[in-house]
Amino acid sequence: MQLEQMYQEIILDHYRNPHRHGLREPFDAESFQVNPTCGDEVTLRVRLVGSGTEATVADVSYAGQGCSISQAATSVLTDLVVGRPLQEALDKQAAFTELMEGRGQVEPDEDVLEDGVAFAGVAKYPMRVKCALLGWMAFRDAVSRVVDEVGAS
Amino acid sequence: MTVEPPGVRGSDTTQTGAGTAPAPLDVAALRADFPILRRTVRDERPLVYLDSGATSQRPTQVLDAERSFVETSNAAVHRGAHQLAEEATDAYEGARAKIARFVGVATNEIVFTKNATEGVNLVAYAMSNAATAGPEAERFRIGPGDEVVVSEMEHHANLVPWQQLCQRTGATLRWFGVTDEGRLDLSELDTLINERTRVVAVTHQSNVLGTVNPLEAIVDRAHRVGAFVVLDACQSVPHGPVDFAASGVDFAVFSGHKMLGPSGIGVLYGRHELLRAMPPFLTGGSMIELVHIDRSTFAEPPQRFEAGVPMTSQVVGLGAAVDYLSVVGMQRVSAHEHRLVERALRELSAVEGVRIIGPVDTENRGGAVSFVIDGVHPHDASQVMDDQGVEIRVGHHCAWPLHRRMGVPATIRASFYLYNELDEVTALVDAVREAQRFFAVTPTAG
Repeated sequence: MQLEQMYQEIILDHYRNPHRHGLREPFDAESFQVNPTCGDEVTLRVRLVGSGTEATVADVSYAGQGCSISQAATSVLTDLVVGRPLQEALDKQAAFTELMEGRGQVEPDEDVLEDGVAFAGVAKYPMRVKCALLGWMAFRDAVSRVVDEVGAS
Repeated sequence: MTVEPPGVRGSDTTQTGAGTAPAPLDVAALRADFPILRRTVRDERPLVYLDSGATSQRPTQVLDAERSFVETSNAAVHRGAHQLAEEATDAYEGARAKIARFVGVATNEIVFTKNATEGVNLVAYAMSNAATAGPEAERFRIGPGDEVVVSEMEHHANLVPWQQLCQRTGATLRWFGVTDEGRLDLSELDTLINERTRVVAVTHQSNVLGTVNPLEAIVDRAHRVGAFVVLDACQSVPHGPVDFAASGVDFAVFSGHKMLGPSGIGVLYGRHELLRAMPPFLTGGSMIELVHIDRSTFAEPPQRFEAGVPMTSQVVGLGAAVDYLSVVGMQRVSAHEHRLVERALRELSAVEGVRIIGPVDTENRGGAVSFVIDGVHPHDASQVMDDQGVEIRVGHHCAWPLHRRMGVPATIRASFYLYNELDEVTALVDAVREAQRFFAVTPTAG
């Protein structure tokens, strides 16, 4: 059944026990993103150490309301980017976005996306892709407020 | 072009006398007119379509009327003198007459727009255009010190245009609150609608709560202070008998696609004397009287408000939809939906963890039931329900302020129509239980 493909156990685990949830200090930039079609929203803060694209992602904290897909995707995001060089984090963001916009035709690279590969099934439901990307849009937007070379997507 | 009678036996006219309940609909026969209801979704599940509040499905009779018009009489209306132009104009104006009768008003009080949203914008923009129009438009002028009254339960379509009107003109926006039960709070009626009020814009029936609002008190008060009443009738006209003239409202809007008709066609009703004095919104071809190189005068309504070549096959289709609904009988449609809602409220309330957002009684209540499930986000619930073939709507349903007021970010909404069967309420409730099971929020599921 497609439903189980979409709601992988990994996704439900992250939803029930989200990682790094809550808003924390210190942070360099904050982004508020909303999905106007359903009202889901996320506020996400980014703390970077170092300068420019040489920086490292020191912390990502977030709060908001949303469905299991948007909440779990943001939780996975923090696992993928915290403690990583910014450029690597942005590459993961690009890879995750490509996966989600691939209509189920993109084969995810587990080395890059780790738990994020669980969202491959979500990509088959176009109406839910925005849910999975909400936190990632906030991440890119927040980073772009700190680092000039990074444009908001 | 002939419209085949709907697949129903009897109609309102078979009633034996006042006070007698209308004959129930033969839903199975009706459903045969709607080809889409025969399809399956998601792994061959029968379609349980419970999203008619968003858009309704169309019967073959409406599709045939549109096709027949395009195949035999298509031409731009109100232009040209050839035979096709004549036939097309007759079809267009004939539909206008039918639609006017359907809502109890005169033919020249009906204006066609692309949707109901455009109808609200038409009135709001006409009011700000009144500032630079002639003295006949005096009564539409609005500015600082004036007030516009809306309600917390409005669809964005009957809220944002008024916010924008206030922003353009310096007028002040005020609003009716909503009670915890999901009824309009009229306790402040006399202070909220006062001598500064120019417009009261309210919905006839909430698209989320199902609440039917008491028009009489609002219209009486508004008219006592000289304010216009603009009614959002998108959720009432499709679902029961509505008579705008009797209700006393000054303007009303509704949309074709929510009443078995095509999309791309909305209707604005305006009392004729108001439409005659009101300045235009969109300008251009066919809405004029005289055009000089530097100035123009405008046609009488309704043409004044129908600039450009209008939607033609859509209007013909909506005319056929009105024929269809008239043959079925709006009393019967309303009574049928009442039964569906009564069962939905009863059965959903019996599910532990389900909370109805809106009135839980069936008095003054239409065919939309919104609810939340503890521990399951509406978006997630919708995914599981869709997997069962149950197509409901989730989100804020274009009524964000209402959801804030009710303290929920989003709801699940089932909305019914004449083609829904009582069994589909059972399918809805089963799907809700399946969502609870899937996300393991039922007490017994451990």
